[in-house]
Amino acid sequence: MSILPVVLAANALDTFVHTFIKALALGSLYSLLALGFVLIYKATQTVNFAQGALALAGTWLLSIIFMDWEVPGRWIGGPGWFHWFIALILAAAATGVVGLVIERLTIRPMIGEPIFSMAVITLGLEVVIRVVAFDAVNTTPRVLGIPWGTETFKIGGAMIAWSYIAAIAMAAVAFLGTWRFFKTRTGVAMRATAFDQEAALAQGINVGRIFAIAWAAGAVLAALSGIFASMPPWGPAGMASRDGAFFAFRALPAVILGGLDSAIGALAGGLIIGFAEVFAGQYLASYTGVLGTGYQQVVPYIVMLIGLLVRPYGMFGTEEVRRV
Amino acid sequence: MRGRPNLYTSYESESQLMPTLTKKVALGLFLLVLVLMPFDLPVIDQIPFIRFLGDNVWLRLINRTLCFAIAALGLNILMGLAGQISIGHTFFGGVGAYTAVLVGGKSSANLWGWGLPMWIWLPAAGVVAALVGVAVAPAAVRVRGLYLGIVTLGLVFIGLHLSRVFPEIAGPGGLGRKWPRLELRLWKEESPLVNFSRDGHWFWFDINKNEKTYLLLLTIVVLMAWAAANLARSRTGRALQAIRDRDIAAEIMGVPEYQYKTTAFAISSFYAGIGGALFASFSGQIPPEQWSLIGAVNFVAALLIGGMGRVSGVLMGSFFVITSHRFVEEIVDWMKHQAEEGGLFAGIFDFFISTGQGDGGFVSVSETALGYPLPVSALDDIIFGLLIIFFLLFEPLGLYGIWVKVRNYWKGWPFSY
Repeated sequence: MSILPVVLAANALDTFVHTFIKALALGSLYSLLALGFVLIYKATQTVNFAQGALALAGTWLLSIIFMDWEVPGRWIGGPGWFHWFIALILAAAATGVVGLVIERLTIRPMIGEPIFSMAVITLGLEVVIRVVAFDAVNTTPRVLGIPWGTETFKIGGAMIAWSYIAAIAMAAVAFLGTWRFFKTRTGVAMRATAFDQEAALAQGINVGRIFAIAWAAGAVLAALSGIFASMPPWGPAGMASRDGAFFAFRALPAVILGGLDSAIGALAGGLIIGFAEVFAGQYLASYTGVLGTGYQQVVPYIVMLIGLLVRPYGMFGTEEVRRV
Repeated sequence: MRGRPNLYTSYESESQLMPTLTKKVALGLFLLVLVLMPFDLPVIDQIPFIRFLGDNVWLRLINRTLCFAIAALGLNILMGLAGQISIGHTFFGGVGAYTAVLVGGKSSANLWGWGLPMWIWLPAAGVVAALVGVAVAPAAVRVRGLYLGIVTLGLVFIGLHLSRVFPEIAGPGGLGRKWPRLELRLWKEESPLVNFSRDGHWFWFDINKNEKTYLLLLTIVVLMAWAAANLARSRTGRALQAIRDRDIAAEIMGVPEYQYKTTAFAISSFYAGIGGALFASFSGQIPPEQWSLIGAVNFVAALLIGGMGRVSGVLMGSFFVITSHRFVEEIVDWMKHQAEEGGLFAGIFDFFISTGQGDGGFVSVSETALGYPLPVSALDDIIFGLLIIFFLLFEPLGLYGIWVKVRNYWKGWPFSY
């Protein structure tokens, strides 16, 4: 996915403001995706490589629900953007159901198996879901009908797309929700499961249910980030396109940098990676000849490698205590 | 001890590669059949499975399998022996392939290449990949588990970017460049000593280029598989397994973890480099995008489907991963024929296969575009993904595990244990 060329602002300050908001928006998207990875990792100790495929599936579902079936619009009146948000919730919920089914069929039987086997199962899932979603999306990208489209507004001289604000708001809502969730009874149970599955079982926690909740939540977050990442200033420009399936892999550095099992880490990692990528794209653009086109997409991995050399478990990840 | 195959009196006898006569004979016969497979011999051609594998279309696929198997053997050393997760194995394959093309390829206005012969570019591919492996090791040794998996995943993306930065080596994106052919020559002379990429005549057989390539690759695979099997029972192999099982305990017992992990990365990258160079050279021309994440997933799948930690398992897994797509296509094709001509199962197959417009069935033979009904190319990807899941859920030891079960059943027959 490529980022559209920078809108040249009149002066350095406007460029900076524009770049800053853009970076914040991309960082928010990465954080959203990272949060999905982290939730699933916290409950099941697995990196879900199928997250990108689920994101694409969610985007496709939104397009089907909103554009093809006109689902809320055919029954109720009201403004278009209201319909779109209902469709968004429906699509995210549908993806959550997909997540539930996947967890029940393939992850639940693997409790107690080596974590790597579980991770490879998600790699297999990635292949299956991606091919099915590609097949559904087909070669013609599907329109998402995003209410604010390509509209922009200005802060001083800097052009800001509404999608940036939407992505930032979405991430804020998701992180506040997660933070609240971890304070609830179920949330505490999930943290206990993440800490020690057997001990949690002994305390009467239904670990299977925690797994299901985590996967549903992870899939919902994947769908949301997939949809918000398909908005106009970013690559697919308001459509469900095949690139969506690979977007999640770009968020992996954010997850690792922040620490696989830390929600705060997902936020911090996502923002750092987003800022590094966008600022490198903006301010190193004159060195493209040396660095090669599209160099900003490699920046996340380089930041990740440097981060890991300093802290092998990420910034906020808990260091694994190993028995000899 | 003669006649008591399960009685071991020394470490040497227990760790033998070929402990029994049966095993030696079976392996010998198997290798003989493999060597004779491409030729039109009366006896060999009667073996049902071998008959069509010796066919040209299938032989190309087998050649791909052999190249793939070399790299998979390398990953097995890293993952099966040393227990280090790597999802970036294609990166090292790519390093090997581009070293090969830099050393052995022809130079032109916008491409670099030194045009050296194969006996230089093939080892160079392995050595340079191994050096890159050593260079990556310091970062990789510090992290473990899935963190390491994702770090190696990052290598794939960095590698893809590097191929865009150096189009002089990698060729234009989406197209790639021509690799040096599989030809053995002493130096840069005109006619090669042995040409593996042209049809020809050896001894009293007509032999075409696929068969020649097959024999060359088979030789290399046998040598490298033998080396890999031996490595597992050497001092290095034991150290790697100790690190895999309990790394802290291994270090306390005096196994230098850092040094051996670096060794594992170097050896596995060496294998990947050789495999990548051979694959690229045998394919002729491949775009840089070939060395992508999907390829890396295939390597992991080959190990898990075949059975991790076992040379024979890895070879079976490689065969499975590379040929499964083809098998699915063949089966769908056969089902279509049955459905059309009204064979025994025509009614059942017609339910699956969509042969034309308005026909029921969810698999399309006639259409190649995506959409409903599913084209075969999408179907075999889906089946491949499902097989990975299926194997992990129901047979974690892979094909090797199935083989052990079958063998033990007949060993104890008619008793159940």
